Amino acid sequence: MEDNRPIISNKTDDFFRGLADAFAFVKRFFQEVWFPPYEFKEILRQCYEIGYRSLPLISLTGFIIGIVFTNQSRPSLAEFGATSWLPALISIAIVRALGPLVTALIASGKVGSSIGAEIGSMKVTEQIDAMEVSAINPFKYLVVTRTLATTFMIPVLVMYTDFVALIGAFLNVNQNELVSLSTFFVQVFEAISFLDVFSSVIKSLVFGFTIGIVGCYKGYNSTKGTEGVGKAANSAVVMSMFLIFIEELLALQIVNAIRYS
Amino acid sequence: MREAVIEIKELYKSFGDNHVLRGVDLELYKGENLVVLGKSGSGKSVLIKILVQLLKQDSGYIKILGQDISKLDLKSLNKLRLRIGFAFQASALYDSMTVKENMEFPLTRNIKNLSRKEIDYKIERLLDSVGLPKTINQMPSELSGGQKKRIGVARTLILNPEIMFYDEPTAGLDPITCIDINNLINQVREEYKTSSIVITHDLTCAKDTGDRMAVLVEGQFKAVGSFGEVFEEATDPNIKSFYDYNFMR
Repeated sequence: MEDNRPIISNKTDDFFRGLADAFAFVKRFFQEVWFPPYEFKEILRQCYEIGYRSLPLISLTGFIIGIVFTNQSRPSLAEFGATSWLPALISIAIVRALGPLVTALIASGKVGSSIGAEIGSMKVTEQIDAMEVSAINPFKYLVVTRTLATTFMIPVLVMYTDFVALIGAFLNVNQNELVSLSTFFVQVFEAISFLDVFSSVIKSLVFGFTIGIVGCYKGYNSTKGTEGVGKAANSAVVMSMFLIFIEELLALQIVNAIRYS
Repeated sequence: MREAVIEIKELYKSFGDNHVLRGVDLELYKGENLVVLGKSGSGKSVLIKILVQLLKQDSGYIKILGQDISKLDLKSLNKLRLRIGFAFQASALYDSMTVKENMEFPLTRNIKNLSRKEIDYKIERLLDSVGLPKTINQMPSELSGGQKKRIGVARTLILNPEIMFYDEPTAGLDPITCIDINNLINQVREEYKTSSIVITHDLTCAKDTGDRMAVLVEGQFKAVGSFGEVFEEATDPNIKSFYDYNFMR
């Protein structure tokens, strides 16, 4: 007789089973990514979907962040008569934290949910099974391509967000402090170091990977018909946002340790 | 003696406490259409999903085209899958692709070095044979239920399978379209010399397409034989009620 009693409790057992499944999924990605077929066409299509289609939202958000952050920072600096430090302060904040974090959060909402919903609906309508019975590896075609596309495109989007946010900040500083474009950007580039840019890129790669793999995992494991598709999309967003904050915290600790060592 | 292309012995499959298949034995002979009948949830679809290893059996012996599938590695299993066509209940057309791309997808990934002309010729010929040449550039969302089923069948035929599995081919279709689909199943057998398993609970479809019927009741085949043998001489109340429900409503 099969023993169906939980090891700890049903919820705890399910949690650890889910964790083991997720690790197995990530492990499978790293096993499959190196071997052909490489599905370059699909990767490019996904890069277009993820990158180009996110531009309007990212542009608007980045621009507003630049303006708002500059406006909010000005009074504090003005108290010390240090408004000339605005470009330096803004560039550090945007390049080190705001740009990557805001881009990743927006992408997890827009891209992560769409990946979760798309793969989830393919799962419940047996499209993934149809690939498998045609001797096509659905993991490679759906998961590897989308995860690579998000991993490559999020750093590009982050750099674009940084640029747009700095333009927004410049317009604000130019209006209030009458600083020219060249002076503004000289101060911006003087304030940021190679480590800031490098850590931002590495962090963005990790964020991109997280968004892609979580979206795919949730979609690939969705059940219970159309209700499951909605849940997959929703939990892809929640889980990837949660992981992005944790990764941001870890990245901060690591970069600070390098910076002050 | 007829050649069996599929042999199933003592097949068991459970989902938790739900014992779906309880020692299934079955043979599919070359060139025949075998109809597997049963109520919803009786394990009909589970059976054919096990045959293509979308689901793993708990125990049992399955030999397809001379190969014991439990002993195959993924590469050999994929080679075998190419010799089997699977028409899904909901067609399972890739909804981000046009009809042409849907048909091209399994072809170009499995048969290398085909020229553009050869690919187009194969696609057009198949679309002609399922009677839908004008849908070539349409998206699946623009097709009716019956059209989707036909394209689903055409997509599987592009790899020239020797065995076809049809999962509820007439489910959700109007009676006229059902007749079209039944004719298509027979046409596929004639043109492509396939052996088929048709999963259905529609007795009209079974009668029109099947050489033999196999009725799945409580995880086992309770009756196997021609339509007349299975239904008209039925004594088992489960099979009798199944017949009565379909034809005497």
